[in-house]
Amino acid sequence: MSGNSYYPRKLHSLLGVIPLGLFILEHALTNYSAFEGGKEGFLDSVHGLHSLPLIFFLELFVIWLPILFHGVYGLYLAFTSDLNVGRFNYGRNWAFALQRITGVITFIFVIWHFWQTRMQVALGNTTYDDLGNHMHDIVTQPVYFIIYFIAVLAAVFHFANGLWAFLVSWGITVGPRAQRVSSRICMGIFVIVSVLFLLSLFAFRGDEFASASAAIDTLRLG
Amino acid sequence: MADTATAKRTVKFIITRRERPDASPYTEEFDIPYRPNMNVISALMEIQRNPVKSDGTKTTPVVWESNCLEEVCGACSMVINGKPRQACSALIDKLEQPIRVEPMSTFPVVRDLVINRERMFQALKRVKAWIPIDGTYDLGPGPRMAETKRQWAYELSKCMTCGVCLEACPNVNDRSSFIGPAPISQVRLFNAHPTGEMNAHERLEALMTDGGIEGCGNSQNCVRSCPKGIPLTTSIAAINKDTTKHMFKRWLGM
Repeated sequence: MSGNSYYPRKLHSLLGVIPLGLFILEHALTNYSAFEGGKEGFLDSVHGLHSLPLIFFLELFVIWLPILFHGVYGLYLAFTSDLNVGRFNYGRNWAFALQRITGVITFIFVIWHFWQTRMQVALGNTTYDDLGNHMHDIVTQPVYFIIYFIAVLAAVFHFANGLWAFLVSWGITVGPRAQRVSSRICMGIFVIVSVLFLLSLFAFRGDEFASASAAIDTLRLG
Repeated sequence: MADTATAKRTVKFIITRRERPDASPYTEEFDIPYRPNMNVISALMEIQRNPVKSDGTKTTPVVWESNCLEEVCGACSMVINGKPRQACSALIDKLEQPIRVEPMSTFPVVRDLVINRERMFQALKRVKAWIPIDGTYDLGPGPRMAETKRQWAYELSKCMTCGVCLEACPNVNDRSSFIGPAPISQVRLFNAHPTGEMNAHERLEALMTDGGIEGCGNSQNCVRSCPKGIPLTTSIAAINKDTTKHMFKRWLGM
């Protein structure tokens, strides 16, 4: 790549935490409300989010554009890296390799997940009120469930380990001890956020979220 | 009796060779008579004296580079049993056999085990890894350096530009322009020096250009591989801090 790659790389690192890291936390909490508060809890969370002012611009500048830049530039970064865990079988080198592998998985998943959910709302095939049922229809299919399960773990690992790398790349954790402590904290974040997402995936599989669509099916059949 | 038994012991080597920089690599096997306290260099010297392969046929002597033989010059870097290291400190008694020896192919291979480490010296020039004191008159003594600082700076000064950290780094390759860990640590060394500090911004700015410090992906293989035990990842993180600060200062016009 010609020109100066210092600033795009720095921006890539920053966007991964602010706003994308904050977004993934928000997403985890919103989904978790399906586990904690059931269908109503989830609906309340969705309504709460979508009643924010200038919601379209928030989505555009806080989610879509940052993901697009982070993802496309990230693919380029992954392409410029070798994976040498075979020769250098060290924990941090595995994290380095996994960061690139999970990044590619996450980017592909996010495009697909966006198409399957937000885009379907935009196209009028579902509504925010029906999102819970919509998710139920998706994750009750075993193949989709497995894809969601793996992709969620990949995305959360990419976030948690990326946070660790962000702290190093911006010169916040300098010495080996600081980096060791921050890696433990980040892996703790990985476990907690993963559990939030996985619990919500299981919650969406519950009958509670099936009722409306099942009722619609019954009506259609009737 | 014991002498006869010792004389019969051999060490098996599998060496990756090539005739010219553009020639394709091939391997050759050697059985070298064992002597106590041998290292990879003395085994290569044995091949030089008697260039006969395991199957008994003659071959050309294997070409390699070495100078100091005490792990301070950095010339004999090669990949031994999968790990880049100095051949002079690779003791036969501590290596698993057969011993596989390859050139560090992150660098252009000149012939057999000889590589061209020029990019490392170019990198030192690029980041101005020196202290400019030349002038038209005597500038007098410079500022003193605190002893505590001198102690950690001394560790960084042990770098012998051997290239092992670049070989271990997954981000130093044909698709990336990353300068590598060693020169980043040298920027920290020269910026730590009280006189060198006066030109600190020039070195930081050199690392804030294409292929500079942003190429680090934090795999941390460098610090695990450095034969001199230099805290390379600490240097990289410290320079990350300094370049980040410098970036904001420049933006704010400070």
